[in-house]
Amino acid sequence: MEEVDVEPAVTKIPAVSDGKHMGFAWGPGDILVYETLHKASGASGSGCSFIHEVRKDEDIYSPILRKLFNESHHIFVGLQTIREDLPSKSRKPQFVSISKNYRSVIRACMEELQQVAVSTRDGEVATQYGNQVSILLAIELIWNLCEVLFIDAAPAGSLLLHLLDWVRLHKADVDEKAREVLQSDSPAEHRDFWDVVVSYVLQGRLEEARQMLAKQATLQPAARSMYKLMDTLLSKMPFYNPGGTQTLTEFDVKWRHWHEEVDRCLQDNSFASNRHLEIICKVLLGDEDTLLEHKELLGTWYHFLVTRLLFCHPTVKPTELHYYAQSCMTMFLDSRSVPEPLDSILLAAFEFDIHQVIKDCSIALNNWWFVAHLTDLLDHCKLLQSHNLHFGSNLREFLLLEYASGLFTHHSLWQLAVDYFDNCPEFGRVYLELQIERVPLDTERKALKVLRICEQRQMSEQVRSICKIMAMRALRNNRLGSALSWSIRAKDAAFATLISERFLQDYCARGTFSDLDLIDNLGPAMLLSDRLTFLGKYREFHKLYEEKRFSEAAKLLLSLMTAKIAPRSFWMTLLTDALPLLEQKEVIFSADQTYELMYCLGELTSSLNTAAPATDRPMQEEDIELTKVELLRLALARNLAMAIVKEGTVET
Amino acid sequence: MESINAKYVSQKISKTRWRPVSHSSLQQPDIFATGSWDNELNKISFWSIGSHGGSAMEDGFEGDPQLLCEHKHDGDVLDLQFLDQDRIVTASSTGAVTVFRHHQNSQTVSVVQHWTRAHRYPCDNAPCTGVVCSSPEIVTVGEDGRIIVFRADQEGVIRVIENADSSTIHAVTYLRTTEILTVNSIGQLKLWDIRQQSNSPSQILSLSGDRVPLHCVDRHPNQQHIVATGGQDGMLCVWDVRQGNAPFSLMEAHSAEMWEVHFHPTNPDHLFTCSEDGSLLHWETSSHSDMPSFLQGGRNSSIMSRSAMAPAGGNQSLISAWLSGDSSKGRLETSHMLPSQTLSVNSLDVLGQCLVCGTDGEAIFVNRQVSV
Repeated sequence: MEEVDVEPAVTKIPAVSDGKHMGFAWGPGDILVYETLHKASGASGSGCSFIHEVRKDEDIYSPILRKLFNESHHIFVGLQTIREDLPSKSRKPQFVSISKNYRSVIRACMEELQQVAVSTRDGEVATQYGNQVSILLAIELIWNLCEVLFIDAAPAGSLLLHLLDWVRLHKADVDEKAREVLQSDSPAEHRDFWDVVVSYVLQGRLEEARQMLAKQATLQPAARSMYKLMDTLLSKMPFYNPGGTQTLTEFDVKWRHWHEEVDRCLQDNSFASNRHLEIICKVLLGDEDTLLEHKELLGTWYHFLVTRLLFCHPTVKPTELHYYAQSCMTMFLDSRSVPEPLDSILLAAFEFDIHQVIKDCSIALNNWWFVAHLTDLLDHCKLLQSHNLHFGSNLREFLLLEYASGLFTHHSLWQLAVDYFDNCPEFGRVYLELQIERVPLDTERKALKVLRICEQRQMSEQVRSICKIMAMRALRNNRLGSALSWSIRAKDAAFATLISERFLQDYCARGTFSDLDLIDNLGPAMLLSDRLTFLGKYREFHKLYEEKRFSEAAKLLLSLMTAKIAPRSFWMTLLTDALPLLEQKEVIFSADQTYELMYCLGELTSSLNTAAPATDRPMQEEDIELTKVELLRLALARNLAMAIVKEGTVET
Repeated sequence: MESINAKYVSQKISKTRWRPVSHSSLQQPDIFATGSWDNELNKISFWSIGSHGGSAMEDGFEGDPQLLCEHKHDGDVLDLQFLDQDRIVTASSTGAVTVFRHHQNSQTVSVVQHWTRAHRYPCDNAPCTGVVCSSPEIVTVGEDGRIIVFRADQEGVIRVIENADSSTIHAVTYLRTTEILTVNSIGQLKLWDIRQQSNSPSQILSLSGDRVPLHCVDRHPNQQHIVATGGQDGMLCVWDVRQGNAPFSLMEAHSAEMWEVHFHPTNPDHLFTCSEDGSLLHWETSSHSDMPSFLQGGRNSSIMSRSAMAPAGGNQSLISAWLSGDSSKGRLETSHMLPSQTLSVNSLDVLGQCLVCGTDGEAIFVNRQVSV
């Protein structure tokens, strides 16, 4: 057995008392748990009569997160249509923009959750939504970093700029604090003033820091020159411009000059009289101790990392990142505190260990949404080629299948899952086939939607089964017409035969056809089964008879028997139907036709006599049967006589 | 130009309908109702698209539809029709028919009339699939093949046509005040005169031989003999119910079930269809003669203008562009109104310059600048 990476979480089943045994059954997205009596025999104690449903992924049931699933489904489908054969240069911007779309959906969702969490009065709901917000925040943070490192794969120089953006986006409390300071009566004297300035510098937002400092400078005319000097230092700090003509080496030289200048200022104690400016100066030099003194303002080790890179190694290469990341994390976190899952995930990302990122995320997060979509995107970027699983097809497909199976258990989101299954080349279809048959069909409209999904994918087995379910339901409700329509749609000959049989029975019992609008309009569908053909033709005979087109009717009737379309059990009825035609004044059946009719009657009576010795049949019925045969014989004989006379007469 | 935006609403939308506007004013509609399906708890909801103040329009500012109020609904909402400005009728998958009232002052919804199991089998519920109303009369159809006539203000049932159809009736519309038209799942159109006591249709029209199920039907707002239907194969059929028993023209529209078809209520040269394939089409046929505007009745004044129309039926210049023969294909323009998406567009409604539609992707799209 493989080793477990982390201890699995324990879920308490509330109603199962201690010391009892439990049984369980796996479902696609959840587990059913029930109490069992674990005794070989003679157990008579009453067990608990509940079955518990244990869900792993309960996010699927959050109404707000449903928007995330729906919107990202759209993005996912769009991503699958990006053509494989395009050169990677033109594909990369598309992938980056798709990644940004995913993130903006996460953000929108997060904002809405935040709003609800704030506005709700229910404390429990607020906590629940609050938790979801923090999960989404973490997801977005990880996704953004993956976008910078893997998808965009920025080279040295621009890499740092992207990382700065990343930190700024996720450390937005600076702006809040700045707003608070600026809105106060005298911003420069606010107690958070210097915190804001330092935070700006830590994030490399030097322009904003300068504006704040200008406010302080006006208050301290005596120290004007010192403020002026700091302002110059801040304004001169070079930033790499990836679009410009400057090479990385040129930038590096320029940056070193600036760095030395700052260092000189610190050495000659230019800022010695102002503690705050001296701190800023040390920050600009990337002084580790000073930075670590401002842990509060940095908040996280990865902010520390980015700040340190900004002021010490602005031209850091992607391959060097892991070294700095590791050291920053160790420096920042207390030796006693254990890194949280998020820390190790980010560290794994800095180490470019994509699989570790995905693995840790799968363990830490309670939904498959994130890993499935991220993995899919990374796979499209051709970053997951080398890895093989010991099971299933590949990592992407495995995660997509898990996510889609979860969706399929949802009473409403199952439709989304179909497109995910479609994009799993190896097992998607099997999963879909197994799941789609289990969608509960409450209305015909839903059945039609499910059918459409199956028909588009040529899943004929499932089409048959769905039509059969619907046909059976219609039959149970005595809706023969509907039942027949469904079996025609499924091309289910056996079932069509069964229903035609019912129609004929009804006719024999009542003497009229029901559902004429359907039977009269069978068209080519009539050929689906012999019995259905007979039903259609037999109805045609009735129509001809009603229209008094007797000879045509007679011909059709005879052919139904001679061509063996009519079932033997129905011949008696057909022959009885022939009676009124035989009794007409004019001759309708010719002599030959009459012989054939007589032959049919003979066949029927002989088979009746041999097959059924009539032991269990009541005498009365037997009598009626015999009378009928007698009547028929008489009518046939009379008709034959008339026909022979007529055919023998030369028309003058 | 393309001012269509999606609003995700966390429920699959089965029906969307604009609240009618009083035809005396030239107002654009501002409130619409939606019904959901396939949820554990289904709802009907009322939404506002905000004021149509001039300044907002000039800015091109398009606010999201805002939820006004909602009410739970037992079963899927299979159809939805406004009876008047405040009342709305729903058809439920439980077979129930319900009239809701939208109280606009307090923004609440209440049930004013409820017929449980209006459509049913002997021992099961039968979904009610369609409803059409002409206040106070309400006509519903269902999977049980029955047609039921109610009055909004009466508890009882006015009339039932048992066994009106041997298969499922999917949709119903009024042809005249006393005549309705139903479409069923074996490709037939049936005309019923509800004054007659007989339980059989006055006329049956059908697609020859194919038996393609028809899912939706709409009547031309001015010319009551012209009817458009859409079916399982996504074809748009235009019928002249006065002539023949086959469709006048067949047009390939969608690649899957067409769920709804609507003529524009005041500019019937425009027609809109939506489908399971996830598309929403705008059809425009250019008529050869400009119809006098007084003959183009509004949605709610249609009864009046219809009677004015009747004698003009023989007038050559008034023959609808939809019936001008095969050559009309050349002058028929279609355009997609939604960005590409894969999930079904279940319903649409168009009124004035505003169009609303709802999808299985749990999104509502509103377009306030339909060029008609």
